[in-house]
This record gives sequence, C-alpha cells and structure tokens, in this order.
Amino acid sequence: MKPIDKDLVQQQLNQRSNRPQYIHVETTNGAYASHKNESFFSAGAFLRNVELQYTIGKITGSGPYRVGLKLDGGWVYAEGLTDWTVDEEDRLLLAGHDHDGKLAVALQLSATPFRN
Amino acid sequence: MSEHEHVLVVFPHPDDEAFGVAGTILSYTENNIPVTYACLTLGEMGRNMGNPQFANRETLPEVRKQELDNACSLLGINDLRRFGMRDKTIEFEDFDVLTSKVEEVIHEINPSLIITFYPGYAVHPDHDATGEAVIEAVKRLPKQSRPIVYALAFSNNCEVHIGPPDVTLDVSKYAEQKLKVIEAHASQTAGTIEVMKQQFNEQDEAVTDRLMKERFWTYRFDDG
Ligand SMILES: [Zn+2]
Repeated sequence: MKPIDKDLVQQQLNQRSNRPQYIHVETTNGAYASHKNESFFSAGAFLRNVELQYTIGKITGSGPYRVGLKLDGGWVYAEGLTDWTVDEEDRLLLAGHDHDGKLAVALQLSATPFRN
Repeated sequence: MSEHEHVLVVFPHPDDEAFGVAGTILSYTENNIPVTYACLTLGEMGRNMGNPQFANRETLPEVRKQELDNACSLLGINDLRRFGMRDKTIEFEDFDVLTSKVEEVIHEINPSLIITFYPGYAVHPDHDATGEAVIEAVKRLPKQSRPIVYALAFSNNCEVHIGPPDVTLDVSKYAEQKLKVIEAHASQTAGTIEVMKQQFNEQDEAVTDRLMKERFWTYRFDDG
C-alpha cells in the first residue's frame, strides 16, 4: 500500500458509486490491548462481504483521512485512514496504520465478494 | 522426553507455535517423535503487515500460509492440518462441529500428548475457544485412554486461579532454532525479532528465559 492520494481515492469512490459493491470494514485495537494495559478499553467492529450501494462517496480531511458513504437508507464511515491501493482484482483497499505500523482500521470495496 | 509416540499440537494462529512451544516441538521431532499440528486459521486478521510493510489485509492470508509452511519445516513438522477457519471467529463457530473435528484427528493419530491453550487463561478469544474445544474432545474419550494435555496459559494473574505451571522444560538446546521459527513469521515478527536477537546475544534475562524454558500446566479433568 502507499500513502493516500486524496484525488485518486476520490476518483475510485466516484467510479464505484451507484453500483453494487461488497464492503469490508474493520476497526481494532488488537486482541492483546487490554492484556498489555488493563486500564485500556478494547473495542472494535468487523463486517465482511456485506453488499451495498452508495450514492455519494467522499474522502475528507488532511491525513489521516475520513471516508463516508451515503447509502439510500443509511451511512458507512471510517476515520484514521492513511494508506491505499487498488489491487490486481480491482478492489479498493483503504487502511489506517498506527504509529507502530499496525493496522487499526480498514475500509475496502470490491465489485465481487472478498474471499471468506 | 522419549515417552511419547505421537504429539498433537492444536492452535488457532500461525505463530502460536513459535513463542511458547517451538523448543518443546523440536525436542520431539529431533528425536523422531512425529508431531501433528492442527492450525485452525491463517491469521487473516493480524495487525502487523511486515516491517517495512509488505502485506495488506487481502494478501496477508497467503503470506502467513507460506510463513507457517516454512516454520513447520524448521520445526520438523511433516503433518500440518489446516482447519480453514477464519481468524477471530472461532468462539462464534458451532462448538460441537469444531470439537468433533478435533476428535476426529485424535482418533486418527492417537496422540499420547496434546498441546493447546488453557481455556479461560489464554487472553485471545480464539485461544480460549480452541483450548475449550480440545478439552471437550479429550473429555469425550474414555478416562483411561485420554492423552496427557499440556495447556498454555498467560493471562495476567492466571496463577492465582490455576496455580503455577507444573511442567517446565529446558529447551536451551533449541534456542537458536526457536529464534529462526519466530523469524519465519516475518510479517508478524519483523522488527521485534531484531530486538529479541540482540537481547539474546546480550543474555538479557527475560528473553533468554523465554527462549530456553517452556512452561505448561498439565490439564486436570474435573471428571477425574
Ligand atoms: Zn494466537
């Protein structure tokens, strides 16, 4: 992956709007966060291969970035995004890596399902 | 250590075998005692992507699959069973199905020793769920034909509840090989392995102890 180029990511979001996409969303502190620091409140969420369609997709901020998708009847957003790529299967992968390079958040879109 | 004929190791993640048990595994395989490793997932949800970063969420499974193959050859493990489950989902799966799958492997290879996580004291939900299924699978065997189970625990204060580990194996002979096994999981250990190696060379007590001694709790079944 490479550091996010806001314009290129925006182009990708535009291209994928109004057509069915599978989404992967993930936030995590890692399963060991509360083990290493007992006062740490660990939280996260994970979604994979939920099919949706959005009318507006926007990337905002000046890095780390935020991405929001407006659906017909709802919303998806993620913050803390730092890196991106479009892989050889034409999937848009966005991720946020923390100061140690560990993945903290991901938002990915694909026209075909992600491998389970 | 030659009292065992066949050892079964059951863990959910590639690299679970590296830190706490690599020396023990080597002590068996180097003495021609076969070790079967059932690894439930590909560690798809790992947060480390290499240092410098070379993987992403979608390439990580294949990377870690390869890393585990390399680790197994370093460990002398010729029988690796991948269960094809997904990282961080073990506790949500059908417990009975997983237990039966473990049971099948036990019936097939008839191990005299099983190594797994101590349910409830192994920090990661996948670790606890894996240990729970293994214990249940062993419980289904008649008491007199149950293998010994070495369980690994490392949650904070676990000794308050389950006492100190009753088995401590000196695996100092295999310390350097163990470092190589840890290193084989490069996507997860790059960066930290350099520090570990340096501390090992400087004979840092904590690291040396971690590489040279492996500790287990012999699981005591509540039905005797
Ligand atoms: Zn693990």
